[in-house]
Amino acid sequence: MSFTKPKDEMQFILATDVGSTTTKARFFHKRSNEWRFLVAGEAPTTVEAPYEDVTLGVRNAVREVEELTGHVILTEDGNGIILPSESDKGVDIYCTTSSAGGGLQMMVAGNVKSITAESANRAALGAGAIVMDVIAIDDEREDYQKIQRIRTLRPDMILLAGGTDGGTTAHVLEIAELIKAANPMPRLGAGYKLPLIFAGNKDVRPQITQLLGENFALSMVDNIRPVLEQEVIEPARRNVHELFMEHVMSHAPGYDKLMKWTDVDIMPTPAGEGIAMQLIAKNYKMNTIGVGLGGATTNVYSIFEDHFVRSVSANLGMSYSICNVLKETGVNNIARWIPFEVEKKDVINMLRNKMIRPTTIPDTLEELIIEHAVAREAIRLGYEHHKTLATRLKGVRVERDLADIFEQALASTYIDMMKINVIVGTGGLLSHAPRRIQSMMILADAFQPEGVTRMFQDSVFMMPHLGVLSTVYPEATWQIFDKDCLVRLGTMIAPVGEANVGEDVVNVKLEMPDGGIKEQHIKQGEITRVPLQEGMTVKAVITPQQKLDIGAGKGKTLEIDVEGGAVGVIIDGRGRPFRLPENSQDARKSVLQWIDSLDLYPSINGKEWRDMI
Amino acid sequence: MSHTQGKTNRSNAKAEKVHAYTPGLKVKQETTLRRSRTLPISGDVLVKEGNKVGFDTVIAQMRIPGDPNIVKVALLLRVEPYEIEKYMLKKVGEKVKSGESIAQYTALFGMVKRTVTSPIDGVIENIGASGWVTIRSPPVTVDLKAYIPGKVVEVIPSRGVVIETNAAIIQGIFGIGGENYGIINMVVSSPDETLSPDKITPKNKGEILVGGSFVSLEALQKANECGVAGIVVGGIDGNDLTKLLGYEMGVAITGEEEIGVTLIITEGFGKMTMSLRTYELLKKFEGMSASISGVTQIRAGVIRPEIIIPHDPVEGKEADEELSSGMTPGTAIRIIRQPHFGSIGKIVSFPVELQMSKTESRVRVVEVELEEGGRVLVPRANVEIIET
Repeated sequence: MSFTKPKDEMQFILATDVGSTTTKARFFHKRSNEWRFLVAGEAPTTVEAPYEDVTLGVRNAVREVEELTGHVILTEDGNGIILPSESDKGVDIYCTTSSAGGGLQMMVAGNVKSITAESANRAALGAGAIVMDVIAIDDEREDYQKIQRIRTLRPDMILLAGGTDGGTTAHVLEIAELIKAANPMPRLGAGYKLPLIFAGNKDVRPQITQLLGENFALSMVDNIRPVLEQEVIEPARRNVHELFMEHVMSHAPGYDKLMKWTDVDIMPTPAGEGIAMQLIAKNYKMNTIGVGLGGATTNVYSIFEDHFVRSVSANLGMSYSICNVLKETGVNNIARWIPFEVEKKDVINMLRNKMIRPTTIPDTLEELIIEHAVAREAIRLGYEHHKTLATRLKGVRVERDLADIFEQALASTYIDMMKINVIVGTGGLLSHAPRRIQSMMILADAFQPEGVTRMFQDSVFMMPHLGVLSTVYPEATWQIFDKDCLVRLGTMIAPVGEANVGEDVVNVKLEMPDGGIKEQHIKQGEITRVPLQEGMTVKAVITPQQKLDIGAGKGKTLEIDVEGGAVGVIIDGRGRPFRLPENSQDARKSVLQWIDSLDLYPSINGKEWRDMI
Repeated sequence: MSHTQGKTNRSNAKAEKVHAYTPGLKVKQETTLRRSRTLPISGDVLVKEGNKVGFDTVIAQMRIPGDPNIVKVALLLRVEPYEIEKYMLKKVGEKVKSGESIAQYTALFGMVKRTVTSPIDGVIENIGASGWVTIRSPPVTVDLKAYIPGKVVEVIPSRGVVIETNAAIIQGIFGIGGENYGIINMVVSSPDETLSPDKITPKNKGEILVGGSFVSLEALQKANECGVAGIVVGGIDGNDLTKLLGYEMGVAITGEEEIGVTLIITEGFGKMTMSLRTYELLKKFEGMSASISGVTQIRAGVIRPEIIIPHDPVEGKEADEELSSGMTPGTAIRIIRQPHFGSIGKIVSFPVELQMSKTESRVRVVEVELEEGGRVLVPRANVEIIET
């Protein structure tokens, strides 16, 4: 693309990310020939009535930037960005990412509820969608009721299956007619064409195109049930997933208006985040896992042996989808991370209140800790979903007889946690965690890194912004990325395997910068932190006990350089796989000990954590 | 240029009006409402522009084909499928009654006689080569009711109408169940009182009951038994919601639950005193009929549940449906998150600098003078405007 100014004369860049919950503006400035991050402005995303126009949220976020800097960015009428810059007003580039549309709520349809519709349902769920309803010829509803249902639910996407290849055509066309008659109105603003994926009998593709091609963004994939005994859900699942990431999630009321504000194509947030993650992996030449924990979605990225995969779990998030995390994991899994006495029903009510008022933020320590507990579960589940996509096999064909249609056979992932060297976190909750160690532990508890792993996080949530900026101005991007975005949290040392309670699990010797040796003996269940500043690299000699492995084999010593960071080095002796005690009292005691030894949270209501153990 | 303090006159001017982070819910005594009411498929519109309609007025109708009923005629007559045409007594398109003969086989001079009768009233739709005969039951008429009384201001041919009415409107934060209507009955005497099962009797059949701070599962079940049309209350327990629905709700998209009573909560989950403004407005219209809908969709393109109370226009009072969207010093707000969840107050100022919260987060805040006394700093994200 062409800019109104040569790059070396540029002074100011504005980038925004319109999230499902919050719109984040980031303002960059060139000083002494170097691009740096200057200030952030945030405001709730304005997709709700009476606003229903995302540019209002952008305007509010940019106004915060104006307030904080005195630099005028918005045009006089507030309906655009001043481009290019001129002394104390305007910017030279404005670019944005968007995930304002929120999660993916879709409908699936098929001939027979227990066969094709069930396969379609499985494909949609496997893609990380929330399935709002399953429409089938035999679902015992009248046609008009099905039409009414499609219309009132306003799905973001429809997956239509039905008929074996060469088999019946009448029923699937009947369903197509219903969908056509329903003509669901878009909830994501005018100009949005509803995606419809057809994964049914190949022979009816021409008729489907004729019926639905005009009003829907139609795509065709392999039949989900080519013959009755065979289920092929992968093409449909991957198509749902891709279409959502590339098309649906970025749309929202006012999207067309926002497009006019910027000359750079609006990029979906996960695409921007994905570029940032690849940048890290490329720069450090290491296998990397990253997560973007959002309000409506949880996006996981892996770059493993040069293979890049991104997944968007459109059913897991920290605001709109917070109760879906609760539903998927259960209140007990959330409660196990909470170190204080709280009734489970109060946790449920708090999460339900967040669901109905998604833009609010925790203002008490208790509520912050509960949200951090949910974050652990959302990332854990998002990573489970990611692993089903990070497989070598594509288009797995599963032979099913009608009795085992509920069984899902999945190819196993190629990701080996011991070979993951870098873990990265971004998203509002992680970037805004008041203490860096909180986000490091959320990432560690969710991903359970093995061996020696470097941990990074996004400083104030600007990875999507830098991802989109890198497409037009890569030189500026890396300068900002390295200096202002990428927070080096430190290194996690976690041996794999389990020992008995009280047994030594690992011995770590660190050659500290002052020349001294710091030696740590960690027992099963313990976790400790050794402060080591960012930029410091020290030699570590790590010896696990005989049954455990730190990367060199069971019981073998590993000598390795470890990096410091905002947190330092954490030695985790809690075991891999990591399991909290079954008994809730014991689990709470463990969590309290970890909070105390890591200084994870400030004291609560004047009480020290250690006094509660 | 100072990057932290250098506010220009222009940004100062802007800071005087700040957009509310969470849009306030509508609680309006008087407004002109327009609602579109349409059929899912084409049908007949039964009212004309200018007509007055009531809650129950059928404004449009559609006819849906009846169920097909397959009769295995060849099998029952014990003849070959290709032969059945000659034994049929009825042709395609002919009407038949339940029990009426539709096909007959005779042999040996009438000594062997086999007859097939129609199991339903209907029309012969198909005589198939497979030896099966399809009889379609008569079409079923489905009515679309007005739901909101008012005047028809637009007819959408073959689809429905737009109805306009002068009404009070109260939006809830969350609801379940579909459209209904009934007379408003205040069954509590204060907004912090709980709606307990003993306050519900069979006399409340068809009514919209207004509770205070909380409704329990038992009370909801009792309401269902008594045929209550709707319940409007401050809060409900999240666990009770799951038990009522029979499943755990993942995202807030509701409206088609078949639970009998329509439920609207005005404040949130847990025990929550109903906002005085909402309570007083409902009390003002006690005894009047209202429409209630629990339909909620909390996502981009939000839909909130609502109670609509049609009434005559009050002279000289401006009626509009719009919400103000900005906060200025003096704006009445409600705090929507702990530690002051539910407190009412007025905006005092908008500090520009980020403030340290109890969580240690540095956040944008608003200074609020609480109705119960005292000033507090609250994250801007945690307040909503109260419409006045």
